[in-house]
Amino acid sequence: MSPDPGASEALIRLFHVHKRYAAKQALSDLTLEIRENEFVFITGPSGAGKTTLLKLLYLGETLSAGQVIIDGMNLARISRNRIPQLRRQFGIIFQDYKLIASKTVYENIALVLEAAGEKPRWLQKKVNSVLRAVGMEDRNASYPPSLSGGEQQRVAVARAIVGQPKIIVADEPTGSLDEESAGVIMTLLKKFHSTGGTLLVATHDMELIRRNDARVIHLDRGRLQPAPPL
Amino acid sequence: MVHFKRALQDIRSHRFLNALTVLTIATAILLFGAFSLFFINISDLMNAWKQGIRVMVYLQPDLPESKRTQLQQRIASMNAVGEVRFISAEQALQRLREQMKRQRSLLDDLKTNPLPDAFEIRTSDAARSAKAIEALASDLETLESVTEVEYGQKWLGRFSGIFQLFRATGYGLGGLFFVAAVFIVANTTRLVLYSRQEEIGIMRLVGATDGFIRAPFYFQGLIQGAVGGLLGLSALWVLYIFAATQVRHGFTVGAIDVRFLPLSAVVAILGCSMLVGWLGSFLCLRQFLKEA
Repeated sequence: MSPDPGASEALIRLFHVHKRYAAKQALSDLTLEIRENEFVFITGPSGAGKTTLLKLLYLGETLSAGQVIIDGMNLARISRNRIPQLRRQFGIIFQDYKLIASKTVYENIALVLEAAGEKPRWLQKKVNSVLRAVGMEDRNASYPPSLSGGEQQRVAVARAIVGQPKIIVADEPTGSLDEESAGVIMTLLKKFHSTGGTLLVATHDMELIRRNDARVIHLDRGRLQPAPPL
Repeated sequence: MVHFKRALQDIRSHRFLNALTVLTIATAILLFGAFSLFFINISDLMNAWKQGIRVMVYLQPDLPESKRTQLQQRIASMNAVGEVRFISAEQALQRLREQMKRQRSLLDDLKTNPLPDAFEIRTSDAARSAKAIEALASDLETLESVTEVEYGQKWLGRFSGIFQLFRATGYGLGGLFFVAAVFIVANTTRLVLYSRQEEIGIMRLVGATDGFIRAPFYFQGLIQGAVGGLLGLSALWVLYIFAATQVRHGFTVGAIDVRFLPLSAVVAILGCSMLVGWLGSFLCLRQFLKEA
């Protein structure tokens, strides 16, 4: 799926973005736009800058130069107290799940809504609803370490979608899963996309890209490159 | 309510660190409370002693009545004077006879009354301090027809000085306990925070504000302060019961009743204790969230 210039407004804009870590240039002069309700794969070899690019979007990292604009918010000028508001526009999925081990599945998901100040009576309904959607309602009282990788990633997807974000960024969401679990995760993510959400998936799994009709942004050594043939 | 629940959950999952903090606060409160209890009771004792202070003004022999009346009026008009009573040499001897019932025969042999006429002065309520009494005594000594001024319990001045020194030390130590307790709470909160660094990072990524992250820690600090304060005050109560029984059976304090801290002091100490808990969390979080 390539971007249609006549379609909706750009939700994410990057202008000449540079990111430098102490000894390494992670991203160089990156300019791109992602429209609302786009499904985008960010691909490239290890160290290409996929994770860095995703992190810049939700201010998991700060820019070295350039501008990132998310839904009209210029991240170079955003004040510290508006960062939580920015992050609530995102659902973030990590390869290592990043679930809180001391909280139950239910509590991990509820945390997103509590942080957003959701009323308790709605909170319970919404959490139970996403738990049903990812097929984990019977594990709501379990703690993450007692779940399999696939189950933990389903909880992570539930946590990402429960706050009804505009954008989901998923960093290698299927990287450590078996084929069946990976299929379940991708089905859940595509369901989010089909309901109007914008989906950004960083992966180096070409098979996954081949199986899904999505725009591909290819990075190599921190620079945009033409996508290789699938 | 959500934050309070989260605070209770956190306390449950970090029982040991929280128990350590509570014990630290309880110890600080116990020590501070013991000092307060000591000062309150010593103050009571000193006030009771001061109430009993009399100043005796001895007069020249054979002072005409008109002059004596004038002198009495002058003394009565002094600010520090509450009541002036004339005690004639005969009345004084009579008193002495009553006080020395068993050795009365010694006084029977006296050919003349050796005691002078005198005024017995009780100081006004405003002049019960050792300084005020000393000043009054030197004023009285300058008066014409006065031969000597005597006020018992001169030692009260010295005792009062020692007491003031103790009190200043007590305030200083109280302040030190407060600061030490705040830092200990801050450090245990820091340990909890370090053990939850990853969790806090995840909370931030899902859109939690610093306020949302801080709130349960503030509640935790307040709860630790309240529990520590109650524990410290309870221990103080037990010590008080034990000490009061010992004092009542003893003889040094005489008629003075030992009392526990008044309700207002208990409430103030409990408030301070909660403040210690909150302040410890506040200082630690301010630093930690800036760094994180």
